[in-house]
Amino acid sequence: MTDTVYQISHLVHVPRRHYGRMVAAALVLAALAAIAHAFVVGQIEWSYVGEFLTVPAIMTGLVNTIVMAILAMVVGIVLGVVFAIMRLSDNPVLSYTALGYIWLFRAVPALLQLLLWFNLALIFPTMGIPGLFSVPTVEVMTPFVAALLGLGIQQGAFTAEVVRAGLLSVDRGQYEAAQTLGMTRLKMLRRIIMPQAMRVIIPPVGNEFIGMVKLTSLASVIQYAEILHSAQNIYYANSRVIELLIVAAFWYLIVVTALSLIQGRIEKYYSKGAAPAADTK
Amino acid sequence: MDIRTTAAADDQNLSPAAPLVVAADVRKRFGDNEVLKGIDIAVPKGEVVCIIGPSGSGKSTFLRCINQLERIDGGAIWVAGELVGYRRDGNFLHELTDAEIARQRRRIGMVFQRFNLFPHLTAIENIIEGPVQVLGEKPAEARERAEALLARVGLADKRDAYPAHLSGGQQQRVAIARALAMRPELLLFDEPTSALDPELVGEVLGVMRDLAGSGMTMIVVTHELGFAREVGNRVAFMDQGQLVEIGDARKVLTDPQQARTRAFISAVHK
Repeated sequence: MTDTVYQISHLVHVPRRHYGRMVAAALVLAALAAIAHAFVVGQIEWSYVGEFLTVPAIMTGLVNTIVMAILAMVVGIVLGVVFAIMRLSDNPVLSYTALGYIWLFRAVPALLQLLLWFNLALIFPTMGIPGLFSVPTVEVMTPFVAALLGLGIQQGAFTAEVVRAGLLSVDRGQYEAAQTLGMTRLKMLRRIIMPQAMRVIIPPVGNEFIGMVKLTSLASVIQYAEILHSAQNIYYANSRVIELLIVAAFWYLIVVTALSLIQGRIEKYYSKGAAPAADTK
Repeated sequence: MDIRTTAAADDQNLSPAAPLVVAADVRKRFGDNEVLKGIDIAVPKGEVVCIIGPSGSGKSTFLRCINQLERIDGGAIWVAGELVGYRRDGNFLHELTDAEIARQRRRIGMVFQRFNLFPHLTAIENIIEGPVQVLGEKPAEARERAEALLARVGLADKRDAYPAHLSGGQQQRVAIARALAMRPELLLFDEPTSALDPELVGEVLGVMRDLAGSGMTMIVVTHELGFAREVGNRVAFMDQGQLVEIGDARKVLTDPQQARTRAFISAVHK
């Protein structure tokens, strides 16, 4: 007797077995276990990691890292917005100046820029307004100022391109609708264009903020007391190199994780009205 | 009426008795392509003029010249007696600054084919944006007027919806309310129903019909010949950058005098 269509249509469905996936998962788990084991039996004194995790020098370094990342990012975003608007200007002088800025500061490595700013006194021994006042450049160009300028200015070059892409992503009709309401150029940018451009701008800027947190470690070479510099100072004294590098890595992980969470919140805020069929508030 | 003889009040503005919109010999070119070849038209206050014509005839471009989304290359336009976009100095017309042009645009509302609502603002926020940010109205007062305008276009229940959650017809009605919130003396419509699904055209035309009934001066670029006949006081036919024919709406649409107008109307009705 042959089965009928009705009988076959009522048989139990059995999902396919993914043997390949199981093998791959087993291999990866074995590799992870081997790495974990290596670190456990390796020559790391984990007690030192715990001991130095919250010492004052490391805490000061952590604060300095966060302060530098935030300030350099603020400088970068301000410069980025200004140069992006200049780049899109009809005025060829403004447009090409912005292009030159972006070209120059994107091309020169950040570490090299830090060294240039830090050694500015070699070019200009004093700075100020001629006849009014003048100060020795070495007094102004502290490690903090040199790091802030170096990191902020190169960040501005990258952010300018991000902001430009954001501005160009806004539909032409939005500009026309804003103009039709009688908005001036500045008000149109602030009220209508930028809030929409932010949706495109925030994800890459968030990534760059995370990049900036790590980039501040470059400032250790010009003696700025950020977290890596602090860790190095300690291990120069006690020779616990790996333990202190792990301490620094731990704090970078914490800061970057916190930033990722904040980025998610901001993205959600600027996606207002974007997702169809989402919450209508 | 020959608009060329309309008297000027001073060396650049027209007397209050002049029509609300006066355009004289308006010319516009994009590169080598002359898209407006000298347009003359006068629109009295309270009149509804529908501009029809094939695509590429320059009708949208002319509309955009009136509120200076396009800069004209020749001729002059007056709205409410005021020379638009330029200041006369002897034998020259000097272009105005951005701020002066922005001020002139306040009195001219515009409704676009693609609605162009601000997607990051809710329906009611779209409507109060202009009054609060440009006219300096108090938010509470603007909000109250916006509620009334939403009710007028039949969308009182959609006040807190974002544009992405509205149908095309609803978006266009919010866009009309947004334009009305500026208390315009003149409304420009640039193919307001061309981007709509057929079943949504009626609700937008209904709102426009009400507006026309309330005495609003309107210039409407449209393909809806039925609407033009029913609501338009006059119909203007444009072709290849020229105003070929203008006259009483029913007369132009049923008994056009020019061969080009006849050809267009019979082609549309096919």
